[in-house]
Parts: sequence; structure tokens; C-alpha cells
Amino acid sequence: MGTEVCELCPVKSIQQAIAMADRGDTIWVKKGTYQEYNLLVDKPLTIIGEDYPVIDGEDQGEVLRIVADSVTIDGLFIINVGTSYTSDHAAIRVVKSSDFVIRNVVLEKLFFGIFLEKSHNGEIYHNRIIGDAKDEYNSGNGIHLWYSNNILISKNIVQGVRDGIYLEFADSITVTENVSRKNLRYGLHFMFSNNDIYTNNEFENNGAGVAVMFSKHIQMYNNLFRDNWGTASFGLLLKEINDLEIENNVFDNNTIAISVEGANRVNYLNNDFKSNGWAIKVRGACYKNLFKGNRFLHNSFDVSYNSRINDNLFEGNYWSKYSGYDLDRDGIGDVPYRPVKLFSYIVNRTPETIVLLRSLFIDILDFSEKVSPVFTPDELVDRHPLINAL
Amino acid sequence: MFKILKYSFYDLARSRWSYIYFLFYLILALVLLFLNNDLSKAVITLMNVIIILVPLIGTIFGVMYYYNSREFTELLLAQPIKRSSIFLGQYLGIALSLSFSLLFGIGIPFVIYGLFNSGAIWDFSLLLLTGVFLTFIFVAIAFTISLNNENKIKGFGYAVLMWLFLAVIYDGIFLMSLVIFEDYPLDKLSLLGTMLNPIDLSRTLILLKLDISALLGYTGAVFKQFFGRQLGLFTSIFVLCLWTVIPVLRILYKARSKDF
Amino acid sequence: MIEVVGLCKQFNRNVVLSDLNLHIAEQGIFAILGPNGSGKTTLIKSILSMVIPDKGSIRVAGMDVKKSSDYRKQIDYLPQIANFPSNLKVKELIRMIKDLRGKTEKDQQLIEQFGLQPYLDAKLGNLSGGTKQKVNILLTFMFDSPILILDEPSTGLDPLALIQLKELILQEKQKGKTILITSHIMSFVEEMTDEIVFLLEGNIHFKGDIQTLKKDTGQSDLEHAIAALLEKNHV
Repeated sequence: MGTEVCELCPVKSIQQAIAMADRGDTIWVKKGTYQEYNLLVDKPLTIIGEDYPVIDGEDQGEVLRIVADSVTIDGLFIINVGTSYTSDHAAIRVVKSSDFVIRNVVLEKLFFGIFLEKSHNGEIYHNRIIGDAKDEYNSGNGIHLWYSNNILISKNIVQGVRDGIYLEFADSITVTENVSRKNLRYGLHFMFSNNDIYTNNEFENNGAGVAVMFSKHIQMYNNLFRDNWGTASFGLLLKEINDLEIENNVFDNNTIAISVEGANRVNYLNNDFKSNGWAIKVRGACYKNLFKGNRFLHNSFDVSYNSRINDNLFEGNYWSKYSGYDLDRDGIGDVPYRPVKLFSYIVNRTPETIVLLRSLFIDILDFSEKVSPVFTPDELVDRHPLINAL
Repeated sequence: MFKILKYSFYDLARSRWSYIYFLFYLILALVLLFLNNDLSKAVITLMNVIIILVPLIGTIFGVMYYYNSREFTELLLAQPIKRSSIFLGQYLGIALSLSFSLLFGIGIPFVIYGLFNSGAIWDFSLLLLTGVFLTFIFVAIAFTISLNNENKIKGFGYAVLMWLFLAVIYDGIFLMSLVIFEDYPLDKLSLLGTMLNPIDLSRTLILLKLDISALLGYTGAVFKQFFGRQLGLFTSIFVLCLWTVIPVLRILYKARSKDF
Repeated sequence: MIEVVGLCKQFNRNVVLSDLNLHIAEQGIFAILGPNGSGKTTLIKSILSMVIPDKGSIRVAGMDVKKSSDYRKQIDYLPQIANFPSNLKVKELIRMIKDLRGKTEKDQQLIEQFGLQPYLDAKLGNLSGGTKQKVNILLTFMFDSPILILDEPSTGLDPLALIQLKELILQEKQKGKTILITSHIMSFVEEMTDEIVFLLEGNIHFKGDIQTLKKDTGQSDLEHAIAALLEKNHV
């Protein structure tokens, strides 16, 4: 069974269509503009927009709220979600429901975009969320998950909101092939969320980059972190994380590619760190981390530590600053490489000294430290640096 | 003055050292561009060289020229020419000829590699501008030192020491004082320390233009606020002008009372 | 033409000239003589403003030397050591000095006189000492200023050139110029000069013609007369 909604149809509003529909019905929304808000989907329904009908919330508040299982939303163009300082109005909010699909939706002039609240087993696929956020305090997030598990977030484009994708207490989430860029704060922000997988995403030009905090068992593969360039920006922030796999990612032109604070058992494998201010900046205690097969290309600082304690292993990485030789031609440098420069140690201690970056004195200082390490962690060394980047 | 300038300039323009200097920059820029076709990357590498080498060359050329042309200067002093014109003319002659070596030596390869169609043109112009400033500053300081020292070896020694101080030792002291006073707010101190040394100032100016500002800005708002704005650029250029004008005034003052 | 009043100069603590007064009103050739360190060169350089006096005033052709550099148009100066920018060619140097001081045609004549044609395209750095001195002389005599100051003009010259130099000096004298010469070669001085200014320890101990000097000291030749002057003052 299906109901059609259009200006000249018998059913002229979506609200009316929902009210009339039976469980499992499909509602076809024809091209047109519908001034509607606070729509409540309280039974399993499929709502499909044809040629992107516009639902104009007229800044009145929430537009669509789903409180039933097995709801599919497809092809709607929702604009003008009301901004509020007291409640988090969303274009589409899913509350305590499961088996939902939200796809091909375009959201503009929004506050929060897609907001999942204690909802499970859903799919957020191929949506476009284009915000015009100016300030953090009165803007919302693009895709927001809170106490929601088993969700697939795939092929979405999110830009111009506060946090592109936000996950809090969200386990077993797969985030793949999304593009999150030009967001005010984080491209991806997740806390207290475990067993998640992030692959093939692009995080570009976000105010601060991607933040991963208080989580464990995370896998990040083939993601691109690019142009997160600003005084307090980073490609990826890891804070209080355990058991993380970071593989085949590209970190290009970030102020800090990876900022690490209290991350343990993290494997960094085959990542590219290109033209970053700091490739890896380690703060606080980090144990049992492995850096292997990564390529460090033309970063101002490759690795920076703020303590002399090192419990991390650097092995078989390529360092563009490596100046050793390979007499036996096995592709592995015969001289170990020390990725931590004395200057990066000093900058860590007294950040203002960064003004001496690229000064001749600093080069001399770094050279003498390289010859006989005094300040930098003794055992922090790549014993088998690669000779070639490929 | 312009006649003296003209002759000093021609004299130097035909000196083989000017050509060596010119060829050095030409080859350096060509090799850099050949190895790495990226203009803006080449600008960064060039900066490292320019910041250290231009002051050194300016210092050495300035001192050498002064001592080598002493008798010629005496010949000029007996002519109906004002003293200030003689020394200013010689100073400008050498500073200009060094600047031209720098401008053409680096400029030609970059133009060949498509500078005018590149976004790097402003960074490059700033690089050249600071290079020219550093030339004028260090030739002026070298002249001042020479004027104050009859003994050639002494003058040479002091001039090289001065270069060593500004290029290396100063930064060491600067670094030490930043580390020692790390418990205090340091933004103003680091700003001041940068301003007081023309080499540091030039380096910072270029680094900020080359968008490493985010790294610097990390240290605090003051620095970024200052250098990020037009005012910062103008202030920096003003300070560089001061660094040029003060030694030149010293030259004029010393030249007026010096016996030959 | 030249009036020096109360001239004092010391280098560091070494007093070179103390309250020196010299008045040269007339034309003719004046030799400034004195032992090493007596202040000859300092006096000449003070007149040229190459040395700045501590005290005293100097007027040349009625002009205060402190006021402006224009009075030096009245002076042609031959420095003691001729060292020129080594990259310049001889003719370029000539052209340059002409450019700085004004037009003159006399240079051609002097080039011929001293046989400098073959060297015109040579770099100054490659010239021998004698040839350099010839260039030096040429640059000095090229102009027609009323005052000539020659510091050791005969240095490094071969006999022929020396004769030519003497002729030149005499020609200039004929024109009614004031000519100051310092020299160590007494025969040269005796031959050329009308009057002697004898400097010792920063002051003038004798000023007058050679005959008077010989008579005063009771010596028959200039060399001994000078020696006698020196001895008298040491006793």
C-alpha cells in the first residue's frame, strides 16, 4: 500500500499521510515545498521523496522524529531546522528505535542533522549535510549518535557543522567512505565508544581534526587526514585509548598529524605522514605502541616526546630526514635513526622556543644531540630505518 | 654620491667575486628546482640558505671592499666631493651589486620555472625582499666595523664575530633565556627577541608567510596576532629599515670625524 | 692662498701637530721637510681635510675647509702611495676622475709625455709601481687648479720620467701656482724649491728660502743644513 503526497493530491501534507498510513506503508512525497515540522513517525513506514521534495521547518524546531522500528527515510531535502540553546533540535531524530535506514537525504540550514538516541541496527547512507555554522556555541553536529549500537555510517558528506560525525557511547559502529570537512570543531569526534571501525574516510580542513577519546578496540584503515591546519589543530587526537589499529592512513599537511595522550597498545602501521608540523606528538604516558612501516616525509618534527620514558617501538619506518647509508644494500639503513630531535624536546618544555624554528643554532644543537644524545630518550630509536619510501 | 655609487657598482660588477656569488645562487636555485619542481618547497630551502649566507657574504664583502679600496678612498677624499657622498656611494655600490647578484641569481631560474604563474610569487618576493634587506644591513654593519678599525685583521675578525653572534650565538642566548624564564609569560619576550635580531626577524617573517604560522601560533595568541596582521608586517619592515638606517648613520657619523 | 692658524692634532696620545701656524700667500714652490713623524703628511692631509684637526682653522683660497668640500676644486693632490681600484682600466680611471672633477684636455698630452698609451687598456692592478706613479702624476697634473700638493712625487720614477716630472712642476710654477712638495730627496728639493718649511715635533722650526737656511746653519749644501737644524734642536 502507498500514499502519495503533493500539492494537488488528496493528501497535501506529510503529517496527514503519516496519520493515515498503516504499519509498513510507503509514503511517496512528490516534488514541492512542504512547510512542516515536529513530524512524528510512530509506526514502521517508508517515506520516499521523489526529486527531493523540500521540507521547510521554518526554524520552528525539530522536523522529523522517528520513534518506531523499521522506518526508512529516503530522498528528502530538509531545511531550516530551528536553532535552540536549550534543546538539540535535529532534522531527523531517531529515538529508541531499531532497524532504520536514512539515505539520500539532503540537509541544509540545520542545527543538528541526523540524531540517533538509544537506537540500534540502523544505516545512515549517502546523505549530504551542508551546514553554515559560524560559532561553536550555537551550532550542532552533522551525524550524532548517543547510546546507539550497530550502526553503519557510509558515503555521507558532512560539512559546515560543529562536529561532522559525533559518537558518544556508540559501540560496533562502522564509519566508511564518508567525507567530513570544513567543520568548526571536529570532523569526527567520538568518546566512550568501543569496537568501532573507520575506513576510507576523508577528514579534511576541520577546525581541530578528528578526536578519539576514552575508547578501546578501534580500527582505523585507509583514512585521509588532510589540511587540519590551525593553531590548535591536529589530524587525529588520541586520548585515553587502548587497543587501536591505525593502518594505511594518510596524514597530510596537519599542524599535528597525531597527538597522543595516554594511548596504549596502539599499532601504527604503514601510514604516511607528509608535510605535517608534528607527525607524532606524544604527551603523557603511552605504553606498548608500535610504529612500523610508516613513512615520515618532510615533517617539521617527526616525533616529539615530553618525557624521557619510552615504551614504544619504532621499527622499519621510512624517514625523509634519515642521512645514514646502506652498505649491504638490503634496503635497511645500517645506522639507527633517532626521530626525536633535541629541539622538539625543548619546544615541548617551553613552547615559545618554537620561534627559533629553522635557526642555524638549532640545527647545530640538533646535530650535536644526534651525535651524542643527552636529553632525548636513549632507546627511542628506529634500528632498521628504510632507505626507500616505497 | 651617484657618481661614486656608479663607479663602485661598476667596479664590483666586474669583480669575479660578484660573478661567483651570482653563479652560486644561480646554480643553487637551478639545482633546487631541478630536484624538486615545487616552487614553494624550493622557497623554504632557499630561505635556510639565504638567512645565513646573505649576512655572511654581505659582511665579508663589506669588510673586504672597504679595506681593499682604502687608497682609492683617499684619492677620492682629495677630490672636491663630500665625505658623506663618498662613503654612502661606496656603501650603496656594494650593497646594490650584491643585491643584484642575489636577485638575478635566484630570480632567473625561478622565472624560467614559471614563477609568474605560481602562487609562490608573493612568498618568493618576500624572500628576495628580506634577502636585500639583510644585504643592506650587513654591508652597513661591516662598513661601520671597518671604519672603526684601522687594522684589517681586527676589522675582519670583529665583522665575522658580529655575524657569528647574530646568526648563531644570539639564538643560543635567546633559547636559554626562554627556557630559564619558562615560568613567566614569554610571548612578549620572544616577540622582542625576534625583533632585535635582523636574521631572526627575517626568518620569522618568511616562516609566517610560508604558512608555518600555525606551528608558531601554537605558542600563544600574541605572536600570531602580531605577525598575522598587516601591522606586524609593516612593523617588521620598519624594524628592518631601522637596522639599515642606524648603521648607515653610524657610517656617516664616523666618516665625518675619521682621519685618513 | 693657504692659511693655517693654531693647528693641533693628536692621534691617540701622540701629539703630531701642536699649535702650528703657516701662512703661504705667494706663488712658488714650497718644500715641506722634516724627519719621519714630524707631521708633514698630517699637515698636508689637514689642508685636504683628510685629517680632521683637533683645534685651529685652515683657510684655502679664502674658504674655511670645514664649511664645504668645494675648496678642493682649487687643489690638485698627488698622494704618496698610489693604489687604485684594481678592476678599473687606466683610461676608465682617467675618465672617472674627469667625470668627478670636470672637463680637461690636458690628459692626452700627459699620456703621450709619459708614454702611457700602451697601458690605457690595462687593469690598474696589473701595473708596475712606476707606471702607477705615472698614472698618479697624470691624474694630478691633468687639471689646472691654482694649488698643487705633491706628496713624495718622485717615488718609483725612472730618470726620464723624473726629468719630465720636474719640467711639469716648473711649467706649473710658470703659470703662477702655489705648489707644496714633500720629499726625502734633498737634491730634488734643492733643485726645485723656492722656499722651505721645516717641521719638527709638530711645529715649524724654519720657514724661508734655501740661501737663508744655508747661511743660518753655516752649511754649504742643503742636506747638511737640514742635519744641522736637526742637531741644533736636539741639543
